[in-house]
Order: sequence, then C-alpha cells, then structure tokens
Amino acid sequence: MKKIHFSEWGIDSPRYWGMLAVLGSIVAIAGGAVYYMEHNGHWVTGMTNQVVWGIPHVFAIFLIVAASGALNIASIGTAFGKKAYKPLGRLSALLAITLLAGGLAVLVLDLGQPGRLLVAMTHYNFKSIFAWNIYLYTGFFAIVAVYIWFMMDRRMKAWYKPIGIFAFVWRLLLTTGTGSIFGFLVARQGYDAAILAPMFVIMSFAYGLAVYLLVLMFAFKADGRELGATLLKRLKNLLGVFVAAVLYFTLVYHLANLYGTENHAYEAFILKDGGIYTLLFWGGWVLVGGLIPLGIIYHPGLGNTRGGIVAAATLVILGGFATVYVIVIGGQAFPMAMFPGKTIIASGFFDGVNGQPMLYAPSLPEFLLGLGGVALVLLLTFIGIRMLRFLPATLSDEVADPHHAKP
Amino acid sequence: MSRTEQQGRRVFLKKTATAAAVAIAPGVMLHALPAAAAPRVEAVSGKIRWGMLIDASKCADGCSDCVTACDKENGLDLVDMPAGAEEALWERQRPRWIRQVKLKDNLSGKITNLPMMCQHCEKPPCVDVCPTGASFRRADGIVMVDRHICIGCRYCMMACPYKARSFIHAEVAEKLTHTPRGKGCVESCNLCVHRLDNGESTTACQDACKHQAIVFGDLNDPESAVSRALKKYPSVQIRADLKLNTGIRYSNV
Ligand code: SF4
Ligand code: SF4
Repeated sequence: MKKIHFSEWGIDSPRYWGMLAVLGSIVAIAGGAVYYMEHNGHWVTGMTNQVVWGIPHVFAIFLIVAASGALNIASIGTAFGKKAYKPLGRLSALLAITLLAGGLAVLVLDLGQPGRLLVAMTHYNFKSIFAWNIYLYTGFFAIVAVYIWFMMDRRMKAWYKPIGIFAFVWRLLLTTGTGSIFGFLVARQGYDAAILAPMFVIMSFAYGLAVYLLVLMFAFKADGRELGATLLKRLKNLLGVFVAAVLYFTLVYHLANLYGTENHAYEAFILKDGGIYTLLFWGGWVLVGGLIPLGIIYHPGLGNTRGGIVAAATLVILGGFATVYVIVIGGQAFPMAMFPGKTIIASGFFDGVNGQPMLYAPSLPEFLLGLGGVALVLLLTFIGIRMLRFLPATLSDEVADPHHAKP
Repeated sequence: MSRTEQQGRRVFLKKTATAAAVAIAPGVMLHALPAAAAPRVEAVSGKIRWGMLIDASKCADGCSDCVTACDKENGLDLVDMPAGAEEALWERQRPRWIRQVKLKDNLSGKITNLPMMCQHCEKPPCVDVCPTGASFRRADGIVMVDRHICIGCRYCMMACPYKARSFIHAEVAEKLTHTPRGKGCVESCNLCVHRLDNGESTTACQDACKHQAIVFGDLNDPESAVSRALKKYPSVQIRADLKLNTGIRYSNV
C-alpha cells in the first residue's frame, strides 16, 4: 500500500472566507434567535406545557446521534482493521466532534436557564441518565481529540489502535445513552420500548455516514482531489446496509408495539390517524429516509453516479430529521393514558380531551436555532480541514484500495 | 402592595394565635396551630408522610374552587399573559398546579370529575431523571423543585406520568415571597409546603372544597383523617401499574 499523504484543504481564499462568512451569519442569526427566546421566555416559541421539547431538540438529537455515527468510518479503519477506511479516519473523527458540538450547543441554548450550565456541571444526580450523558459527551470530545492526535502523530502509532477501539466502545455507549433518554420515560407510550436504544445506534450509523459522505464529496470536489469510484461505491453500499437496517428496526419496533394491546392506540396514532405525524412517518421516515435512498443506492445506473449518491445521502438526512421529529414530538403529542377505560371529556390543562393529540406549531426562532447548530457544524469542520491535515491528498482507487481490481 | 400586607397579616395572626382556631371573620377560620410551633428550625422528618384522599363522587361537576384557591395561594394568578402573546397558545403555556378533569367511562358512560395535580410519588420519575437534583423528594413525602438549581431542561416534565408540571414560559413580574418563581424553571404542586412548614396542617385546595372531596393529612399517622378515610373506603392510585406509590389517592373514580 502506498503511503498516504494528508494536506490542508486547498480551496482559494476568497471562496473559503466567503463560505465562512455565510455560515458565520447563519450562526449569528441563530444567536439572535436565542437571545430573543431567552430574553422573552419560551412563550415566543411553539413549545407548551404539553409539548415541552420542540424543534431545537429535534435538531440537537439528530446532530448528536449523527456525531457518534460519523465516527464509524474511523472505527472501521482502526478497530476493525479495514485498510481502505484508514485514510478516511481523520475526517470522520473531526466530524464526530463538530457534530456533537453543534448538537450540544442547540441543546444547551434551549434550556430554560442556559446561564446555569455551571450548575449542571457541579450538581449531579447519578440516577439521571441525563447527568450520565453529560459525562458521555465530555468524554467523547476528549477521547476523539486524543484519537485524532494519535492518528496524526506517527510517534503515537502504537496507541492508535487501542484508542480507536476505546473510542468505538464509547460511541456505542453515547448513542445508547441518547436513546435511553427516551427509554426511561416509561409513562409515555411511544418511548416505552426496549428497542429504542439499539434503534438509535443503527440510526446513528446511517445519519453519520450520510453526513460524512456529503462532506467528503464536497471537500474533495472543492479543491480538486480525486475520490475513487471503488471507494465511493463501498461507502454508498455501506449506507445502503445501514438504511435497510433502520427500516428493519422500524418494522420490529412497530410490530412489537402492535403485539402489546396497550400500545395499539399509539400505533394507530403514528401509523394511520396522527395527521402530520403519520405523514412524516410514512413520507419522511419510511419513504424519503428509507425506500427512496435504497432505490437510488441499489439502482444499477443511478447508484453509480455521484449525483445519485449525493441525492441518496441528502434524503437519508432529511428522512432522519423526520424520524427524530416523529419520535420526539409525536411521542409527546400523543396523549398519555392516565385513565385506562375512560375518556377525558374536559380538562383544565389540555389532557388530550377526547383523545385529541397535543398541539405543537414550531416557531421561526426555534428553527433558526436548529439551523444555527447545523451551520456551526459546517463552520467548525471547514475551519478544521483548512487549518490541519485532515484530508488525504488523494483517495484515488490505487491509493485507497490496493486490492481493487482494475476494470 | 396589598399582597405583602396579606402576607404580613398572616404572619401576625400566626404569632398571636395560640391554641385553638382563630376566627378572622364569620365563616373564615384559620386552622389550629400547635402552641409550640417552631418548625422552621427542625429538619423535615420521615415520620410524617403527607398525602391526600380525593373522593371523586363528591367532586362537583363544573366546580373549580380548588383550582382558583391554588392559583391564589401560590401566586399563579399573578402570572400575566405577556403583551403580544397569542391567547390560545398562552393558555397552553401558563402554569397550573391543579386542574379539573372530567372523565367518561367508555363502557357505562358514567361521568366522574376529579382534580389532578402532582401525585407526590414515593418513587418519583421526575426526581430520577432530573440531571441536577433540582427535583427532589422531602423526607415527609413532598416532591418539589429547587428553583436555584433547576436548569430548565424539562426532562422531569417528559418523565411525569401525570403531566403535573409546568414550565414558566415568561417573566413573572409579581410573585409571593413564599412561592418564588422564575422564568425558565419548572414547578408543580408542593402541597402548600409553606403552610405545612409554618405549622399549619391544611392545603388551600382542601380548604376551598365546599364538598369535602379532599381529605389531607399524614398517611403515617393511623389516627389522621386521611388514614381513617383510606381505611374505610376503597381507593386507587392513578396509573397504579407504574408502582410509584403515590401520596394522592382517589376513591370512586
Ligand atoms: S406526580 Fe409527577 S411531578 Fe409529582 S412526584 Fe410524581 S412524577 Fe413527580
Ligand atoms: S427542568 Fe429543572 S427540575 Fe426538571 S429535570 Fe430539568 S433541572 Fe430538574
């Protein structure tokens, strides 16, 4: 195998600074939205005492889940010793850090008291999975940072594999932890399912890889690096496997729910009469995020074009947002079954009168905050690849995969 | 400001009250205070467990006296709709500690009215999930929020099976000294903890209920009214399947 060289992102300065300026403005607008929401209070958002987590949580959870998934590529290279993936590791680790940073920023800025972050750092309730997540996230930053360092520093070569394995285990914990945030909410029917945590892991594989693919293809195209067709094909096939796995888990999740009588009402809500949630489930989660990308990926023609791969990855991400929306918001909109065998016909606190779902209409500032998180991820990533050597000089098939058969 | 005056007056009454109930005006009774009431210095003890029995058959259709009384007692009526807010949305955002719920049995069509509030779970999910420990359960069974360490993450609201909690969505201009309240924190019914800590033994909702649907007291004391009522009538916990051992029980649901 040829030695791989890494170099800084070489796009011309005006273009680089232009992109930073655009992304920076989006982040600044999000900052304004945060100020507006925190200054006034959450009444300016669509969130209520019934739907307490809104759009910011959808973005935050998507980004956090994608973060651990983005690290997968590096793990495949290190922990599983797949040579072809090794040159891809640095970018994968960088994306893991930036995605997590973006997600956490959104999460924290949506707190009722973001100024009390220090309190969260000093007061722990060890029973709380949320508190554990604070450790998991901080640890993730540290471990991945060390991982990147060992990847870049040849003197640390001996430690490169152990830290890679450690990082891989940690990322599994992290996504399980994120999934468990919902798993612990036994009172809410949509979340009371053991399969939720592993489903989050598999979702992270798909979303993380989709983000990775898009960033890789864009970064390589922008400064004219070569990205071999064989490598690309591998990655897109991997994406196909992950997307299929998400669909499989989705199926098992709903079948398991349908098996238990107590969950029939929730299933009916998501699968057929939940309005927007039903639409997002079938249209977003299943179709846009699952079946269409699968169709593209395995289409003999489309699947081998770069446009097709970009489209598939984009759809996986859009479908991913729909998925998280259905889980986070749909799970809250469905009224809790407080009185089995009875119907609530009047309530002074919107308890799902006559089984009606809770209302939630997202507001603009919430969206801006979420988008700001995404912009922050890209901003940090672009700065990272520009300043340090994250990108392999070439990923042409000869370099990336010595064993590949010449066509 | 009249509210502070009221506060002062209550403290004054408390100081002057010695043993029996004090009649302030015809029909208004201030409940008996133990002569040696100096409870603020004592730690809350686990010997007591505060709780309630709510008799749904006595709870009258269309009545919301307990809600009004709670709003007043805990300053919830002082939380004004912010200028520019949309009323329908604000209704869903304003805090409530207690609410009226009307139920219809799916089989028999029987109608039941009952008040819902924090059920003061012995194993409170809200406390389990709270990352900072702001949500806590006192030794005497009262579950409440420490507003100084609540970061407003709303995880407790996600976890509560009774939807008992409210997030403060807006700046609150006026508040009562015994019920501090801040934008961005979560709160819920605390069984009028300020009254209990001052040696009183009733809650505002109980006092307000003309139909005697609410019996409040110490569940650990077999002689208390609530314990005797619990012994006498069959009662249930809402969502007993979750095994939270709630401090609030219902009969005739
Ligand atoms: S009813 Fe809800 S708020 Fe009250 S103790 Fe139980 S879980 Fe906590
Ligand atoms: S909102 Fe406050 S009380 Fe509730 S879980 Fe978060 S920190 Fe704890």
